[in-house]
Amino acid sequence: MFEFLLRMGDNTLVLGHRVSEWCGHSPVLEEDIALANISLDLIGQTRMWLGLAGEIEGKGRDADALAFRRDAWDFHNLLICERPNRDYGHTLMRQFLFDLWHHERLADLCLSEEGRVAEIAAKCVKEADYHLERSKDLIVRLGDGTSESHEKMQAALEALWPYVGEMFTDDEVDTAMKEVGIAPLPSRQRPRYDAALNAILSKATLARPESDFTHRGGRYGTHTEDLGHMLAQMQFLQRAYPDARW
Amino acid sequence: MVSEAQIWAWLEDVPDPEIPVLSLVDLGVIRGVEVCDEKVVVKVTPTYSGCPATTIINLDIETKLHAMGVQNLHLKQQISPPWSTDWIKPEAHEKLRRYGIAPPKAGSPNCPRCGSANTELLSQFGSTPCKSHYKCSDCLEPFDAFKCL
Ligand SMILES: [Zn+2]
Repeated sequence: MFEFLLRMGDNTLVLGHRVSEWCGHSPVLEEDIALANISLDLIGQTRMWLGLAGEIEGKGRDADALAFRRDAWDFHNLLICERPNRDYGHTLMRQFLFDLWHHERLADLCLSEEGRVAEIAAKCVKEADYHLERSKDLIVRLGDGTSESHEKMQAALEALWPYVGEMFTDDEVDTAMKEVGIAPLPSRQRPRYDAALNAILSKATLARPESDFTHRGGRYGTHTEDLGHMLAQMQFLQRAYPDARW
Repeated sequence: MVSEAQIWAWLEDVPDPEIPVLSLVDLGVIRGVEVCDEKVVVKVTPTYSGCPATTIINLDIETKLHAMGVQNLHLKQQISPPWSTDWIKPEAHEKLRRYGIAPPKAGSPNCPRCGSANTELLSQFGSTPCKSHYKCSDCLEPFDAFKCL
């Protein structure tokens, strides 16, 4: 269960940090505020997942210790969460592909037989719902927008597509979670995801890539180089001045 | 010994740090108060999980109750059932409107200035995580509206 909680918390932590990198740099003020708020929600959710993970682990690590004192190979997030921001379309596409998965996953976890998991999921799912509404709206507007915005969104979809499949891979942790009623298998979610995705892509006049190739490894600690760079920045203060407080 | 009702009354005087016309009790984030021997337990729920006001809210509760002489105070976070705008006290809606913030409402909000229902969403996110930004199409005044969560 520790492993399962780490995966949930690392997804929101890593993506939350990525999104926060836009703070002060977004194309318009409203978008800057929106991304800062989404990032805050994700980091807040991280506190709950990693907080519970630390409790379950029972070695005295709290959410901060887990966030700031682990190395890249101990992070178990999906690779899509660590992909760099690139342009704005790319950032929004990454958010959309993630939100669509995240919202459904949390909805499933609301039914978890582990009360604390169900409680956290119930808190997070409302926020995820709001994020997803925004993402869908923007994907349709930009996909079905000018020829330039269309091209950028299609390019972002092609670039991120090989990271979608990892969301639905099952392993022994997932099987164990299913057996004790904590979480259903990730693969079960794929048909629902595909149906929702296809509907939005067609509204956005975007073409779904054909290849089903998927990168994987994030959930076991095998990451892209980009995560290391991100952690170097995110963890600098706690690494340089351990236990710093203000 | 201090009573639970007394603690509630004191908490009604603690304003929300971001929307000071509402008290923490109005906002619906105080989930329970228990007094047992000399120990006071206050259960607090976060609005949005990442809302930066959460730590300030805890600090404000501590400051207030310590000032009133409560020594042995324990704050407990309670996330279930999750906070939603339904937890905002009905009488607080009028306070929000007078303050210039449209209270939470399904569908588009009414302008807090002229009451018009003819309003337009400018941005899904406003000045705090709990609000969106709107414009009134009749009196043309921009305003914040509580997101319906
Ligand atoms: Zn008006």
